[in-house]
Amino acid sequence: MLLIDLPLILALAGLALYTVLAGADFGAGMWQLTAGGGADAQRIRNHAHESMAPVWEANHVWLVFVLTVMWTAYPSAFGSIASTLSIPLFIAAIGIIFRGGTYALQSGTSTPREVRAVDTTFAISSVLTPFALGAAVGGIASLRVPLGNAAGDLVTSWLNPTSILIGALAVAASAYLAAVYLSADAVRLGHPELVRAFRARALVAGVLAGLIAVAGLVVLHSDAHRLYNRLVDGPGLPALIVSIVAGAVALGLVWRGRFELARYAAAVAVAAIIAGWGLAQQPLVLVDLTIRQAAAPHDTLVVVVVAVLGGGVILFPSLGLLFALVLRGGFDPGQAGAGVATAPAPAPKAVIASSAAGLSGRVAVACLIAGIGLLTVAEAGWAHAVGVVSLLAFVVAGFVVVRPAEVAREPDEDSSTRCGA
Amino acid sequence: MCEAMAPATVALAPAHQSYLLQARQMQALSFAVHIPLVCFGIAFPAMVLFVEWLYLRSGDPLYHTLAQRWSKVMVALFAVGVITGTILSFEMGLLWPNFTATFGSVFGLGFAIEGFSFFLEAIFIGIYVYGWGRLSPRWHFVSGIPVAIAGFTGSLMVISVNAWMNHPSGFRLLGGRAVDVHPLAALFGNSYLWHELVHMYVAGYIVAGFLVAAGYAFGRLRGRWRRYERTALAIPLTVAALASPVQVLVGDWNGRTVAKTQPVKLAAIEGLAKTTRGAPIHVLGWYTGGGVRFGIPIPHALSLLAFHRWNARVEGLDAVAPSDRPPVNAVRYAFQTMVGIGTLLAVLGVVFLVICLWRRRLPESPWFYRALVVAGPASVVALIAGWVTTEVGRQPWVVYDVMRTSQAVTGAGGLPVGYATLVIVYIGVAAGVAWILRRLARAPLEAAAAG
Repeated sequence: MLLIDLPLILALAGLALYTVLAGADFGAGMWQLTAGGGADAQRIRNHAHESMAPVWEANHVWLVFVLTVMWTAYPSAFGSIASTLSIPLFIAAIGIIFRGGTYALQSGTSTPREVRAVDTTFAISSVLTPFALGAAVGGIASLRVPLGNAAGDLVTSWLNPTSILIGALAVAASAYLAAVYLSADAVRLGHPELVRAFRARALVAGVLAGLIAVAGLVVLHSDAHRLYNRLVDGPGLPALIVSIVAGAVALGLVWRGRFELARYAAAVAVAAIIAGWGLAQQPLVLVDLTIRQAAAPHDTLVVVVVAVLGGGVILFPSLGLLFALVLRGGFDPGQAGAGVATAPAPAPKAVIASSAAGLSGRVAVACLIAGIGLLTVAEAGWAHAVGVVSLLAFVVAGFVVVRPAEVAREPDEDSSTRCGA
Repeated sequence: MCEAMAPATVALAPAHQSYLLQARQMQALSFAVHIPLVCFGIAFPAMVLFVEWLYLRSGDPLYHTLAQRWSKVMVALFAVGVITGTILSFEMGLLWPNFTATFGSVFGLGFAIEGFSFFLEAIFIGIYVYGWGRLSPRWHFVSGIPVAIAGFTGSLMVISVNAWMNHPSGFRLLGGRAVDVHPLAALFGNSYLWHELVHMYVAGYIVAGFLVAAGYAFGRLRGRWRRYERTALAIPLTVAALASPVQVLVGDWNGRTVAKTQPVKLAAIEGLAKTTRGAPIHVLGWYTGGGVRFGIPIPHALSLLAFHRWNARVEGLDAVAPSDRPPVNAVRYAFQTMVGIGTLLAVLGVVFLVICLWRRRLPESPWFYRALVVAGPASVVALIAGWVTTEVGRQPWVVYDVMRTSQAVTGAGGLPVGYATLVIVYIGVAAGVAWILRRLARAPLEAAAAG
């Protein structure tokens, strides 16, 4: 494995994680859209929302990760892709605004009617975004993006057989992943009617995704012959086999009601498609650009790989904590109050003693004077640094002196809630 | 090295774009929507955590209620920030593919690290907000700390990129390609980074503080003034009141650094047509080709402020060709707006601090609260005016003195359509944010905490 390939592998891994995590979020939006009316449909919508709400922001950051690694490590390829495929990428961006807006709004909606209005208004973006991103991938995979600033065809680069195929596959796979995850969550929550509903959806969407994938090979044969050859008889073959096997296993597990295992098998099946694409397309990034030509200078590749691996050391335990809390049901409805919600100390006491405030007053004045002298009068860089620290210390010490929480306590006018104006 | 042998053809050629101005406006709109949310990312977690800490110390349920309600606002604004931030990362490629294609290897690392900050913020904001009553009080408090840290590191990374665009280093250009690239030196060894970072960081506390306070000040004018509201106003306002005088000093430091590194930007800020010794400052007025007309002159003030010398020589716009100058009036008025509002905010902050310290109570005059209601939105105007000053003041360059904005822009068509779409979508987003904040504010307080 060469240094020039490493960031691309990391970006594709990020794309796979985006697909299996955020894809399920878009899929959940599709099931909200198609739930229909009535109380049962409302339960389906609520379940789809509550399962995804704690994790969607983290899931969506994977896309930002992919973009940043690509433009750092393969800048010319990124610029070419973003300009030629500007239309589907813009559609995806708008879709992401709507999908994210749903969650932002829902954090304040309380009545079921409002939740439903918000869900339905924006669920359309759940279909639009995976399709547009899939279509963009189709343009890259069928080598319709040349090197250059908007050098490719702005329309046919993403409205072509391969793009439509991959867009449709992305939609079906998102729906499938969501149904599998939501089935597993419904089992944990103990809602058999939701389990039945999402099991049926998972089976339908899974078979559909499988059919699109198989039909896709026919499309690739005629429209993206290089990709087809290298996928069925070349470096992409192992990934293709893994995807087929994992997909079949996942469907079998869903059939038998083993949703927790099916969750991982389904994710592997989808991730393997992305791996297969990467393996089949290399060493080309664009039709006229190899990975070696696209790669950033050596120093950049080193620091970006170090940054990503170092970031991963912090990121993965944190993600693990989040998913552990979610998957073990820690954030399920009804869990609130099961933990400790009582006040730790019954008797309110002054938070900061007066003597400390007096000292802080002198510290604040000293810091302010030092800050003015060092930042405004002095010229040296080190003086500015110390000056800034002094001024920040002034803010902190000043805050201690003012004691806003105490100021707000007195005079207590609780007897009259109306005053002033 | 094999990388050095890569053919020079991998550089993208600049493309013709009839709608460069629309592309710039689209980018500016996206920043203007995102930056106020960034202020909440920088400052609000610390305020929420402070209130939760008060609860842990005192056991007073009022603080628990306040922290919990604020955390809902925090997550709603963060969710909007996630989407507006994602749009910005798309636009780096959609609008400026030549910029990313040429210099992604130099500045991209900043965004890659910022991505991880964003990640940690998203993860722990999820744990924090969904963890109320589900984690032990202590662990719940601890789970909020990474949110506050990531809000700072994220803005550090983004500003390191902006500082690099204003004061580029860490590479050489060879046949349109960046070679000899040293990303760490380019981003973090940049003398331009620190004043920008501190200015924005302090601005974050001022904007978040005054905006939150403005909401409760509005409530007070309508008679909502229990201890809950007083506490919710006093804490953010105290932070903003302390930070806004500090910002005057930090802003002055910014001005002196710009005078040294970007003299043309300074000349545009002050409308200084010709290189002058003992240069004056003009307040208000209008720049015409020869200088500022109808302004109020303050003799020697520019030389004194920028270089601390009565007769210091200040470079004028005539130092560079007309095609290398930024649009003077836009930059100048943005700067005057920022300074004007910033000064008024500092005065309002000092008034508040004096009343708090001398009387040990909150101000009582309704005029103070009317001023606060105006100060919240005004702080956002000052924030955006500040960014207009630095970004429009950098024009016509996207990378100062290296790449013109017109060389960076996409060659793709349809920009006006995209721009119009984004305007409509962002109006919808703004309406949604207004609706959700109203909704969260209207939710009734728990009876126990209302007293």
